[in-house]
Amino acid sequence: MTSSHDQALSGAIFEESALLTVKDLSRMCAVDERHIVEYVEEGVLHVVEIDTTEWHFTGAALRRARLALRLERDLELNLAGVALAIELMEELEHLRRELKARR
Amino acid sequence: MEFKDYYKVMGVARDATETQIKQAYRKLARKYHPDVSKEKDAEARFKEVGEAYEVLKSAEKRAAYDQLGQGHAPGQEFRPPPDWGAGFEFAGAGGRDSDHSDFFESLFGAQARAGARGGRGAFHPGRGEDHHAKVLLDLDATLHGGSRQLTLRVPEIGGDGRLASKERVLNVQVPKGILPGQHIRLAGQGERPAGEATPGDLFIEVEFQPHALYRIDGRDLYLDLPVAPWEAALGATVKTPTPTGTVDLKIPAAAHAGSKLRLKGRGIPASPPGDFYVVLQIALPAADDDKAKAAYAALGEALPFNPRASLGV
Repeated sequence: MTSSHDQALSGAIFEESALLTVKDLSRMCAVDERHIVEYVEEGVLHVVEIDTTEWHFTGAALRRARLALRLERDLELNLAGVALAIELMEELEHLRRELKARR
Repeated sequence: MEFKDYYKVMGVARDATETQIKQAYRKLARKYHPDVSKEKDAEARFKEVGEAYEVLKSAEKRAAYDQLGQGHAPGQEFRPPPDWGAGFEFAGAGGRDSDHSDFFESLFGAQARAGARGGRGAFHPGRGEDHHAKVLLDLDATLHGGSRQLTLRVPEIGGDGRLASKERVLNVQVPKGILPGQHIRLAGQGERPAGEATPGDLFIEVEFQPHALYRIDGRDLYLDLPVAPWEAALGATVKTPTPTGTVDLKIPAAAHAGSKLRLKGRGIPASPPGDFYVVLQIALPAADDDKAKAAYAALGEALPFNPRASLGV
């Protein structure tokens, strides 16, 4: 494995450029494609509305899918539980922001 | 290496039932899960609990651990006996593939991986796995871009079949304007399988260290700016640090503590760029000499002012 580089490796901001397919997400998260499809059906992941026959996701879906996987595995939640937990976490974050803005 | 008391970690009795162990795990996991928890040492505690559960939930591992545990106190220096593991069959993988303690690794590491391999990476044969890492950067990295030395911990299986974590140092050009929670993708820097297969990618999730002056909120930055009472009351133009250098900021008259001034587009230079918020704080001059005391007294006489009027007193 590489230990160091003289020249800096350059990488792009993944979220800005990526438009992901089910297959991409499956590979990046190392889960079955079926699992990604289940996340969409449960409303954990949202499909971008573009005019093709294949499903697409924004780059932000990677973080969400990985969060969902961690919750599912570590807390032994089922899909509905994961969806609920993520919704509540987002609402909490939203409320914290509101609170901060009002102070 | 230290002996770990997994029963103590989970807060259960040595004769706890499977159900009790499961309940204890779920409760602790919800409390310390790094995605959910606000506890300070959540991540370390969570790993410890996860490891304990991995052993205690499996009848085989628990039996083996119990046999071993007789005569060991937690924290005591420990070495697995030479015949360790004989007579026990360990099935399946734990799921987590790194970050076990040395203690766990010496007991179950090799066996757990024997079951784990093969299953993973099978989704896309012929391509290396994508790797994920998380780093804490200084805020300047996103404000101005630039290269940073990142030290990642990479799990590696040594010659003895045990998992050890190795340091990998990468010099990475941080893209200007990257936001907390976003990823830098380094193509081909993930798993490098033997043979012709394409290497996987490395995804680095970015978070920021607290900054001395600015608070980070998504793409926006906040600065608490102290102003004198007369600057707030009468309005003034004051020097203010911003990520792009010092600016002259106009404070409107009748400003008060907590007043928020927005400098549009001067937050994190993402697309679209964030905003820079200045939150005013009123700083009072000390009344530590006669001149200052006289000035305060004169102000008090000149202004009929009851700061507690809204309290009804």
